[in-house]
Amino acid sequence: MVKFSILDHKLVPGHIILSGDEAKKVLKAYRIESGQLPKILDKDPVIKAIGAKPGQIIKIVRKSGSAGETISYRLVVDSKVTLTKI
Amino acid sequence: MIPNQAPRKIGWMEFGLLSPEELRKLAVTKIISADTYDEDGFPIEMGLMDPRLGTIDPGLRCKTCGQKVDACPGHFGYIDLAMPVIHVGFAKTIKNCLANTCKECGRLLLTDGEREELLQKMKSGLEGSRLPKQVALKASKAANCPHCGIKTSMIDSDKPTTFRANGRKLIASEIREWLEKIKDEDLPFLDINPKTARPEWMVLTVLLVPPISTRPSITLQSGERSEDDLTHKLVDIIHINQKLQENRDAGAPQLIIEDLWELLQYHITTYFDNQTSGIPPARHRSGRALKTLSQRLKGKEGRFRSNLSGKRVNFSARTVISPDSHISVNEVVVPIEIARELTLPVRIIPNNLEAMRELVKRGPNPQVPNEYYVPGVNYVIRKDGRKLKVIEKDAEELADRLEMGYVVERQLMDGDIVLFNRQPSLHRMSMMAHMVKVMPNKTFRLNLSVCPPYNADFDGDEMNLHAVQSEEARSEAEVLMKVQENMLSPRFGGPIIGALHDHITGCFLLTYKQRKFSMSEVTQILSAIDYKGKLPKVKVDKQCGKWISGKDIFSLLLPKELNLEYRATCCAKCEVCQKRDCPNDAWVVLRDGRLLQGTIDDKSIGAFKGEILAQTARRWGNKAACQFLDKITRMGIATLDVLGFSLGIDDEDIPSDAKNQIKETLDKTRKKIENLIKAYEDGNLEVLPARSPEETLEMEIMRATGQGRDLAGEIASRSLGMDNNAVIMAKSGARGSMLNVSQMAGCVGQQAVRGERISRGYLNRTLPHFKPGDLSAEAKGFVSSSYKSGLTPTEYFFNSMGGREGLVDTAVRTSRSGYMQRRLINALEDIKVKEDGSVRDTTGSIIQFQYGEDGVDPSKSVFGDAVKIDDIIKEAMEGE
Repeated sequence: MVKFSILDHKLVPGHIILSGDEAKKVLKAYRIESGQLPKILDKDPVIKAIGAKPGQIIKIVRKSGSAGETISYRLVVDSKVTLTKI
Repeated sequence: MIPNQAPRKIGWMEFGLLSPEELRKLAVTKIISADTYDEDGFPIEMGLMDPRLGTIDPGLRCKTCGQKVDACPGHFGYIDLAMPVIHVGFAKTIKNCLANTCKECGRLLLTDGEREELLQKMKSGLEGSRLPKQVALKASKAANCPHCGIKTSMIDSDKPTTFRANGRKLIASEIREWLEKIKDEDLPFLDINPKTARPEWMVLTVLLVPPISTRPSITLQSGERSEDDLTHKLVDIIHINQKLQENRDAGAPQLIIEDLWELLQYHITTYFDNQTSGIPPARHRSGRALKTLSQRLKGKEGRFRSNLSGKRVNFSARTVISPDSHISVNEVVVPIEIARELTLPVRIIPNNLEAMRELVKRGPNPQVPNEYYVPGVNYVIRKDGRKLKVIEKDAEELADRLEMGYVVERQLMDGDIVLFNRQPSLHRMSMMAHMVKVMPNKTFRLNLSVCPPYNADFDGDEMNLHAVQSEEARSEAEVLMKVQENMLSPRFGGPIIGALHDHITGCFLLTYKQRKFSMSEVTQILSAIDYKGKLPKVKVDKQCGKWISGKDIFSLLLPKELNLEYRATCCAKCEVCQKRDCPNDAWVVLRDGRLLQGTIDDKSIGAFKGEILAQTARRWGNKAACQFLDKITRMGIATLDVLGFSLGIDDEDIPSDAKNQIKETLDKTRKKIENLIKAYEDGNLEVLPARSPEETLEMEIMRATGQGRDLAGEIASRSLGMDNNAVIMAKSGARGSMLNVSQMAGCVGQQAVRGERISRGYLNRTLPHFKPGDLSAEAKGFVSSSYKSGLTPTEYFFNSMGGREGLVDTAVRTSRSGYMQRRLINALEDIKVKEDGSVRDTTGSIIQFQYGEDGVDPSKSVFGDAVKIDDIIKEAMEGE
């Protein structure tokens, strides 16, 4: 029973689903494959709230003590599949 | 040699068990004799030292492969065991196999439905690692075998190698038969790969005998042979095995055979692992526990941590360290004996041929009049790789034979770059590059300022020195590892190498207020830093004649464009800072490289704080900062030479009226505590929120004693002014604190163990000197004496209790934090910052998108911040 959207909580940083093009751009900028990104489980409350699906890339904008604001990316993974399978 | 030594990628790796047939095939001979050598000292054929197992004798060739010692890898033998024996290493796996299969049909204790369900899960790759557990969970529930209906048995084990089914002991041959029945299709459920292993192979019928090179025997001086622990163990195994075989063949009673069998099991178990819990370790005749296979590999002294992750090296030296304040921080003094032993290879090229000829001509121990050391040459390596030792006799001849392509191993000389290290190597500054300075005597000597990064002192510390061999490595060491390159800490962006102790005291005395230095004093100070150039402004007055201000002398060393303004360590922390009008001369103003006002102390030049050092290193480079540091330390010492500085017992003398005042305050404190105790006993004590009356009383007393000590300290330090040497050191940040001073002169104060007043010892009292239940200050560890006046016996005891707690704490902390750090290092060792500023592991996966989220290198930051914007604005404004 969700009484409020967790996305509105001040401690939850902004999570944005990247479009296919944006995701490609990010992967190209870092010269990596999606599997080399940090992961986030699809059963993570925020992922459920924004409705991201496994395989999509999430952009997270956090407040940072050293940089003010920092951007990171995570790959949504299927929580039912063990990590070795990815 | 190996034709291609380039690193190659490992494609795949397979773990499995060897079958008895494979073991026999692997071996070159069967071993049947427990004896090693015959009377003539020749190895016995088919004995444990069979020459076919390889050779350890440098003269002999191996009988199997025909190679010499260095090329023969050694060859295995085997022992046929009379009865099967459990392999300890697999005891757990065996138990798991037995518990989940049927004794009769060897099938898994799962119904076909359950089996199918798990098989599906396995195929989908889901929950892969948890599967064996699920099998165990389901199988253990079955009361009867779902396939043949036989009642299942409960498997448990009391010793590591004995198993019981429903309380009845299973013998090893029974277990082996049982394991043989398990079908290949069922093995994946037991976490065994049927392609590489069979469960019955975990019960040994053949034992592999390792080659002689694995267990070399040593010949003692007496000519006696001493065998390796493993050989001893194998001798035992063969003996028992033989006995068992004979007894079995002769049809001995079951009881005897079982006893021998168990003994064989014991020997083979301890042969693999002599520290198996539940089994007494096998011992040498002397009582020392044998070091068997597992002990060779395991732990800190095992093969992995001691020989593969870490190695002993050549071209290194170790000796005691001692201080030398006359060398640069970049230098290290190397004893002549060590310099003669350590060499650097020099390849002969046209440009250095003649110079090298001269060097070789000198031989290995050249003595030149009026020089205490000149480098010689220990070895010359010819073009074909032959190493020739240079001896005085034929040095000349060898020198003439030098030509292009020869390599000369030259002894260490002044200016060479070496690595210097002190263990424990906790951070990168524990190993830095220094420039060699060869000198007589037998210790390494280093500048005092590099002690903090190495955490070195001179109470017997030893340090290691490595002579870097290749040209490339030397230049790398010089650019990256030299002491001057490590002045700014990667931890917080400030200097970790700076002036300390006497250097700070010296500069403090030099620059505090307007100290006047006569011309001869100035000469002495400036000659200590080899100063050449104009003198600062000379002033004249009637009392002293010609003099120069200490601040002006110090200013000579400052970079010409230095502008800084900050609060010094000696700042009294007044409520309203008067800044430039500071009565304590604690507001430092540096303008265009001149010290206009303020005192130079810990905050300016000290390690960890040093503003001037940090600023110099950042703006004018590490070399400038290093030279500056070398000079101020020498200037500090020279100043102390001129002025004199000492600390004695009479430095803590305070006037008698101050003593009386302290006594009065302490009496007041005592009275206050008595009142508190009285109030507590009468039940009148005002209890603090969320505290019991006892806790309230303790807290109030602690506060009262704290106040008492502070008041006493205040009175004491009032009579000890800036002319007191202890106070000078405390205020300048050179050493000690005002608390130390007040403890010496005023009152030591309340002693605490675990943050509370001392309460342990006898029943209801700390010491038999007090009545039980005494809550007074003295009875609970309040030391009202000062260190100067001396402590009473009880006070001394309490003081020692407090001190002991501190010692124990540091001991516990270091061991615990050491282990924590080891785990952190192992977890993080191959993570690095890539060119784009991202942090990645070895697979290229991203750990952090920007190092530290802001991409700032802390060693290039300003005490942690990327930039100090205020300072930049100020500078820009002034520039207009």
